[in-house]
Amino acid sequence: MTPELGQLALILALLLALAQGVLPLLGAWRGNRALMAVARPAAAGQAVFVAIAFGILVWAFVHFDFSVQYVADNSNLELPWYYRVAAVWGAHEGSLLLWILILNVWTVALAAFSQKLPEVFASRVLAVMGLIAVGFLAFIIFTSNPFGRLLPMPGDGADLNPVLQDPGMTVHPPVLYTGYVGFSVAFAFAIAGLLGGELEQAWVRWARPWTNVAWAFLTLGIVAGSWWAYAELGWGGWWFWDPVENASFMPWLVGAALIHAQAVTEKRGSLRAWTILLSIFAFSLSLLGTFLVRSGVLTSVHAFASDPRRGVFILAFLTIVVGGSLLLYALRAPKVAGGKAFNLLSRETVLLIGNLMFAVAAAMVLLGTLFPLVGDALNLGRISVGPPYFGFLFPLLMLPVVLLMPFGPFLRWGKGDASTLRQVALRAGIAAAACAIVAAFFVDGRLKAIAGVAALAWLGVGVLMYALKRWRDVPRGRRYPGEMAGMLLAHLGVGVFVAGVLLTESLSVTRDVRLAPGQSERVGSYDFRFDGVHRVSGPNWQADQGVVTVSRDGKQLIVMHPQKRTYPRGQVQTESAVDAGVFRDLYVALGEPMDAGNIEGAWSLRLYDKPFVRWIWGGGLLMMVGGFVCAADRRFRLKRTVAAPAAELVPQETRA
Amino acid sequence: MNRLLPFIGFMLLVGLFGFGIWWNTRHDPNAIPTPLLDKPAPAFNLPQLYEPEQTVSKADLLGQPYLLNVFASWCIECGVEHPVLTAAAPTLGVKLVGYNYKDAPADAKAWLAAHGSPYALLIADESGQTAIDFGVYGAPESFLIDAKGVIRFKHIGPITPEVLATKVKPAIAAMLKETP
Repeated sequence: MTPELGQLALILALLLALAQGVLPLLGAWRGNRALMAVARPAAAGQAVFVAIAFGILVWAFVHFDFSVQYVADNSNLELPWYYRVAAVWGAHEGSLLLWILILNVWTVALAAFSQKLPEVFASRVLAVMGLIAVGFLAFIIFTSNPFGRLLPMPGDGADLNPVLQDPGMTVHPPVLYTGYVGFSVAFAFAIAGLLGGELEQAWVRWARPWTNVAWAFLTLGIVAGSWWAYAELGWGGWWFWDPVENASFMPWLVGAALIHAQAVTEKRGSLRAWTILLSIFAFSLSLLGTFLVRSGVLTSVHAFASDPRRGVFILAFLTIVVGGSLLLYALRAPKVAGGKAFNLLSRETVLLIGNLMFAVAAAMVLLGTLFPLVGDALNLGRISVGPPYFGFLFPLLMLPVVLLMPFGPFLRWGKGDASTLRQVALRAGIAAAACAIVAAFFVDGRLKAIAGVAALAWLGVGVLMYALKRWRDVPRGRRYPGEMAGMLLAHLGVGVFVAGVLLTESLSVTRDVRLAPGQSERVGSYDFRFDGVHRVSGPNWQADQGVVTVSRDGKQLIVMHPQKRTYPRGQVQTESAVDAGVFRDLYVALGEPMDAGNIEGAWSLRLYDKPFVRWIWGGGLLMMVGGFVCAADRRFRLKRTVAAPAAELVPQETRA
Repeated sequence: MNRLLPFIGFMLLVGLFGFGIWWNTRHDPNAIPTPLLDKPAPAFNLPQLYEPEQTVSKADLLGQPYLLNVFASWCIECGVEHPVLTAAAPTLGVKLVGYNYKDAPADAKAWLAAHGSPYALLIADESGQTAIDFGVYGAPESFLIDAKGVIRFKHIGPITPEVLATKVKPAIAAMLKETP
């Protein structure tokens, strides 16, 4: 009976979402305050019913209710409780429910904190959130019901995909979705602005922390996913440019552009139309990612892709939401656009160049991701572009961003001055060159590694110089407001990330070897001794566990235990052993026994020495922290009616 | 006009996606070509489920065609196809051989006792070693093997009434027509 209650809760949530999406819009149009007042209670009620549905699904998993098809497909009696909870979002239906739950969390937060916004504008924002919820609730109710029954009830279920039975994978989807869905707030703001025909700078200021938080969550989600792929898939790679990864990366790129565009619009009123367009794009790409992953258009080997009804539904939804927004943009943007003009040499210009680079990069990733589809459409057969395409174009597009980044903070709004720039370029350039020369001796002249060190020095010194300038010029207590500190942290994160990528790619050593117990292999400056394999077992798996002792210059460093796990349904999963370090990772993946029957004999092993690989995620985490710190800036939370003109934010020199 | 460009670009994308969905309905995205198709089935020698001391080899089964159905008691989808197979077995035109995959014999017997057995012969591959030679991805899977021991058809996933009518039966008919 309970699962049916879950479905009922979803249907009630859909009705409330309809009320939330339609009535306040009508109210805002006709000036009817009673209709506008529907938005907040409807949002709250919808959230309650969605939470009930979600809770019921969790309960069904925790209590082994295999009469629910989704539970029977994704869990079994041996699965530990924490993975049973994570199994809720382990497949299509449940992850969609999680998506909706998170959308409701954002909506409720928005409803609670938007009291200071003008009533008409807030009603429109909440209504747009309601309409998004309508689309997703209808999708789950009509095509992807997680509460469908399986009768007769089986005694035991199948299994959660063992690839997903990993701590990294349990937190990755919720965090990633929080980021995806968070862009709906900026989207709702843009649409509300277009509908009303105006976009106050103060409203953009109000929206900024939301975008920053969403982007920071998305960053964390991508970092977690990358780290999981590295630890779990046994290939030692951290990014594969596959469609699912690209689906999360495109909104990230556009989101990074949006953060900066919003800053320009808030402070100067310029680039309004561009900010609106980016807001639409960021959320549209989140939806598009969902479409690509869920419709089966691209990742056609995935089992959940087989239902064409789902693909048609999402496509129709996508057409209405994105097509409708872009049409609205075409009609209304001229009314909203405007702002102050700026010189060629100004902070606006640098931010705009960065913005364009991010937007072009997102388009490039989109094109590469859709290439197999284009190939089908033009009847060229299934062609796909892989890492060579992305690996060549992406760094090329990001090079100007890295080169320009130190200059942004030093330039003034409206009209910059060239002498400061020369000074920055000279100092950061000398630092980068000096570091590159020193690094060249340590890395045997490998160009990629030298470039990585130089990039870190260039960005790091740029950040440091600006931090020093603030320290000298600004009185204590006002030197590093959240917005400033967040920017510095995130920009430093970019440097750490770039250095991590380039150093890892050029200095990593990989060996595929066949080792008998007692034999050793030298990888870089480390000796890996294979000490045989024995059987171990965990809560719901059995494993062949290898013992590998690593030493350097005869001194034993660590004993590693790579595993090859077998789950109750026969699936095999490698569990690499990773010894993490700030400056290098040692990584061992267990392959196959040379003689299938004899696990005590020789095995094939994959050994890695990966210097600086942690810096990739470290850089990503710094960017994330930067996003949160920026969002926490007190200026965004000042208690004043935000509809008032933001005159005091305009710098002195432009007011004259 | 310029402001319409994003909309036009997006509509082109929608056209492309619509095509993608249509294309996928025309082409089976799950079709995994098996390299063994129209090749001799791998040699095997496996114990019978109910009489483990008696083994069945590929040579024992030569001379008449059979449908080798890979199943297991732990496999949920197998429960989906089981009634379909049970109903179809008498009129299938070929012998139905059950291939019990990575299963404890006691579990398999209990499962068959509960659901009934449509199989003319049952062999057990408890370790799953022989299944590797067949290229089994998981249960359920079915292989149609002709009198000469050649794999003529393979289906991954449960045999639903639709699969039975549109794929399995035509494959059997085509084979029987060729080698009566």
